[in-house]
Amino acid sequence: MSENPGIPVDPSTQEPLLPLRAPAEDAPRPATAPHVPRRILVLGATSGIAETCCRIWAERGDSLFLVARNADKLAAVAADLRTRGARYVDTAVANLDDTAAHPDLLARAINSLAGLDVAFLALGILGDQPEAERSFAHAHEILHTNYTAPVSLLTWLANYCAQRHGGTLAVLSSVAGDRGRKSNYVYGSSKAGLTAFLGGLRNRIDREGVRVLTIKPGPVKTAMTEGMKGSQKFADVEAVAATIVKAIDAALGKGPDVLYVPGIWRIIMAVIRAIPEAIFKKWNL
Amino acid sequence: METAPPTIEPTQKPAINGSPRFESWGRYPTYDAALRPMHWQGDFPALLNGVYGGALAVGLGRSYGDVCLLKGGTLLPTTGMNRLLDFDAETGLLTAETGITLAQILDFAVPRGYFLPVTPGTKYVTLGGAIANDIHGKNHHVAGTFGNHVTQFELVRSDGTTRLCSPTENPDIFAATIGGMGLTGVMRWAQVRLKPIVSRLVDYQGIQFHGIDEFLALTAESQHVEYTVSWVDVASTGKNFARGIFMKGDHSNVPAPLTKSAKPKLVFPVEAPGFALNSFTVGAFNTLFFHKQMKKSVTALQDYEPFFYPLDAVLKWNRMYGKRGLLQFQYAIPWDHAREGTEAVLRAVAKSGLASFLAVLKAFGDVPSPGMMSFPKPGITLALDFPIKPDKSFPLFQRLADMVQEFGGRLYPAKDAAMTPAQFRAFYPQWEKFARYKDPGLTSSFWERVTGQEPTR
Repeated sequence: MSENPGIPVDPSTQEPLLPLRAPAEDAPRPATAPHVPRRILVLGATSGIAETCCRIWAERGDSLFLVARNADKLAAVAADLRTRGARYVDTAVANLDDTAAHPDLLARAINSLAGLDVAFLALGILGDQPEAERSFAHAHEILHTNYTAPVSLLTWLANYCAQRHGGTLAVLSSVAGDRGRKSNYVYGSSKAGLTAFLGGLRNRIDREGVRVLTIKPGPVKTAMTEGMKGSQKFADVEAVAATIVKAIDAALGKGPDVLYVPGIWRIIMAVIRAIPEAIFKKWNL
Repeated sequence: METAPPTIEPTQKPAINGSPRFESWGRYPTYDAALRPMHWQGDFPALLNGVYGGALAVGLGRSYGDVCLLKGGTLLPTTGMNRLLDFDAETGLLTAETGITLAQILDFAVPRGYFLPVTPGTKYVTLGGAIANDIHGKNHHVAGTFGNHVTQFELVRSDGTTRLCSPTENPDIFAATIGGMGLTGVMRWAQVRLKPIVSRLVDYQGIQFHGIDEFLALTAESQHVEYTVSWVDVASTGKNFARGIFMKGDHSNVPAPLTKSAKPKLVFPVEAPGFALNSFTVGAFNTLFFHKQMKKSVTALQDYEPFFYPLDAVLKWNRMYGKRGLLQFQYAIPWDHAREGTEAVLRAVAKSGLASFLAVLKAFGDVPSPGMMSFPKPGITLALDFPIKPDKSFPLFQRLADMVQEFGGRLYPAKDAAMTPAQFRAFYPQWEKFARYKDPGLTSSFWERVTGQEPTR
């Protein structure tokens, strides 16, 4: 029998969970099926895909801790999510390139949420491929933001979750990591590295009860892809976000490990990967 | 330090690399403009760096003519700037970034028991566009315009200065911006007072009428009903002249589930060929519509979607008008000439044979708008759609506009592609006062057209 029957405890550690710092008033929410609120850490919360996912989480009353580097943008996103009915929203302004600051930041987030059910990593930059060809400094910047910084975050988060035998690590990679192409191979290689890292991490901690979800969106209509050739035909961000949220919701062992979204990209990339390099190298892709 | 001269290179691309150009709903006129979408409140005026030829914030392009176009300039689509910032469930005060659409506001507000205080015939307009055109709806006779329900907004000028505007703070700028066609600056966010509802349903009644006198009698006896609007057959002459259906409704006061609307699935698939809309098909449509309602009077409980937004069920329905596009013509004629003016216009339209499907007739009320350039005034308003026939449409439009001027009325800039500078100055004599509030960094093709040189007619 529990000593404090009124206080919820962490099932893995049997430690009492801290009450949320500022439980929201009973904000009117759309009547939906009872939903067990989740505690979600969003890294790169002002990215188009992350913000759209956050709106779904907010509308169903989840608790959110948002991290982004621009204070004004972060404040606008947080205000929107509070208004939409999030149970709890806290924020931290941080440049996630600063890997030395990761441990403190993650501790603050987990304390604020009083635990962690989902970490969603949406940090990343597209970069400028021609610039990255001219200058290693820019290539390094892309690799650092898209690969090194997530690896640092995931190392801490994976150990936290593995210790507690629970949690979901959902990470935005990209179909661009499935094969190097001349039009964006620096970005692509950063995502290829991230995908490989996630595969290995899953192989290590899935058995500990931690879900690792690799998300590979095809081109999506967001601020990041604006102005790209053919961008008006890119996938609708709301549909992409709904698919991602559903995949993150899946229980351990039930959902996908690698999510292509929209799903057609699983087939497209299988075909593209199958093309022999001798032919592929002559194409303009 | 001297500021660098405007750079041309990076802004020179016509629209976004080969993406379709930004069109108004009438798809006439069409102009090339660079596009620089806004996503964040801080994007303006930063996005103006290196811009030449002026700029204009635009929403969903649902105005018909050229108030949302800027030939050779830069358009700043705002729909990425669509965050809710605050909502007070007690008072219904909603604060949001101005690129949010009325559809998005309804998705949020209806499940919480609130509705738009004023809504146009489509929910696919932005909050910013609703204020900038000071739109009106079926409840104008009791609620006034959209601007009557705006409590405050933040306006940013192209020089970077920001002002909080409300009926008490910067009231002159507040007045100039409501109905100001986006020319006074960019509204980062706005606050609007929503109104409570307990049901999605509307108590609807449709009543057939024959002639303007019957329409006026129905209008007079329906003053207490919140929503009234009429569809009028503009193709028929003789004994069927000015027949129509008077539609009225109130929000149901019987509590019922307030669910979110489903997303529309139908898209008008292709551009119809130019001959698809002719006097025969339009006449057949109008007769069918009139007799679809078999009885003199029909009552029903109707969901708000088909009541307010019957055409939103088919996305891109303007493709029905083909490549040439359509022109809208909407006037307001004050009461002292409303009856004779409306009859005269209807006769001229029927005689021209260029009749349209959608002729909407309504009596405006006397709630004054806070907007300096607001369109509605007490009297009768009539809105007509015309498929463009190059040789015939424009002469007809000039004749109709002259008639409206003669009867002391005016045309609606949000639906106009044809009024002349002289007509604009007659319709809106306050335009020179308004021009003093215009942001020098912003302009539109409409503004350039109606304040420019008189073309030869």
